[in-house]
Amino acid sequence: MNVMSWMLVVISALVLSTAALSPVMAANAAMATPAKPIAVDIRDFTFAPKTLTVSAGTRVVWTNRDEEPHVVVSAGNQFSPSRALDTSDSYAVTFDHAGTYTYYCAMHPMMVGTVIVK
Amino acid sequence: MQDIEDRDTEGRRHFLKCMAWAGTGTLWLMHGGVLKAQPLTTQGATAVTDATFSFVQISDSHIGFHKAPNMDVAGTLRQSLAMINAQKKEPDFVLHTGDLTHLSRPEEFDALSGIMQDARMAKVFYVPGEHDVIGDNGAEFFRRFGERQQSGGWYSFDHHGVHFVGLVNVLNLKAGGLGSLGADQLAWLKKDLAGLSADTPLVVFAHMPLWPLYPDWGWGTDDSNEAVSYLRRFGSVSVLNGHIHQIQQKVEGNITFYTARSTAYPQPAPGAASAPGPLKDVAPNDLHRYLGIRDIRHVQGNHALAVTEEVMA
Repeated sequence: MNVMSWMLVVISALVLSTAALSPVMAANAAMATPAKPIAVDIRDFTFAPKTLTVSAGTRVVWTNRDEEPHVVVSAGNQFSPSRALDTSDSYAVTFDHAGTYTYYCAMHPMMVGTVIVK
Repeated sequence: MQDIEDRDTEGRRHFLKCMAWAGTGTLWLMHGGVLKAQPLTTQGATAVTDATFSFVQISDSHIGFHKAPNMDVAGTLRQSLAMINAQKKEPDFVLHTGDLTHLSRPEEFDALSGIMQDARMAKVFYVPGEHDVIGDNGAEFFRRFGERQQSGGWYSFDHHGVHFVGLVNVLNLKAGGLGSLGADQLAWLKKDLAGLSADTPLVVFAHMPLWPLYPDWGWGTDDSNEAVSYLRRFGSVSVLNGHIHQIQQKVEGNITFYTARSTAYPQPAPGAASAPGPLKDVAPNDLHRYLGIRDIRHVQGNHALAVTEEVMA
């Protein structure tokens, strides 16, 4: 083994030990950044999951996986409606306040979903 | 050169294949107050000569759609309009039963208008589909294609003794519901029909089916029963809808319900797939599923025998 290889091994060992010591730092980082967005798939004319429970401040992202366009609209006008979501288009809403948010597709109203914010 | 010719031939073959299942339109012939359907072909219908008048129904052109199985919805619409123009006796007007566009975009409405103008269509009566009213409750649709009779966009007119009613059932849809006419429109409809004698032939058209065709897929209208109750006293009633991209018929007393094909793409039969949507793989061997059905129905009315006939060419 030459000198360069030895150095690589040492560096790798240092990186690994840093990673092993870092859980506290990682937890702090998670506190500082917003919660991960939660995905809702629109597939086969249904919202999946149909009912979603999240904590306040969570961003919910709907993505249309159908060939048919869909429009996400709040039943009680509690958040702004999406534009027409064509295949693969997404729409996101950040839910800052606790409550129950029922929504549906403006074009296919039998498609209904709920976001519960705790 | 050979290569180009091959590709041309392939393109043409594909186009013709699309035309075989994409609906072209339905030629409606009025015979003494009784409506009769004919397939729209380049040959022209033989029965036209003794009809009082005729009109054509086209539907679901979905301008803006550009995926399998139809990359050229403008082309298939143009082909349908060419068939209208090829009729020996010119139809008096055209009904477009909604979903002119795919996403209600201005450029899609522009394209639709351009295609209709290029084909020099005489009068075209439109009702909106849910694809035409996205984001603005139909403001752009009604500005361009509305009849401007009622603020809600619905309307009626008389033609050679037949009363035509165009209804709007794709607005103010409620969570968990189907298509909707709404109290205002129903009140207007009741009043609009009140003065007519029972032997006035009626043609009522709207985008979504005005009967519970398949509610699991949203194929129906929440308050259609109320509307249909106003129609029952009439001797000859035809209800024409689009939305489901296939022909379905139902007869209830003197009322015949009919849904038209799309000029753009077919959808699965009720319950035949996990959800509605474009049938993407239309194999040549499966074409018979969209073709070759012949369906004749008779309705004994108060005065005349109402016959609807549909042949898929």
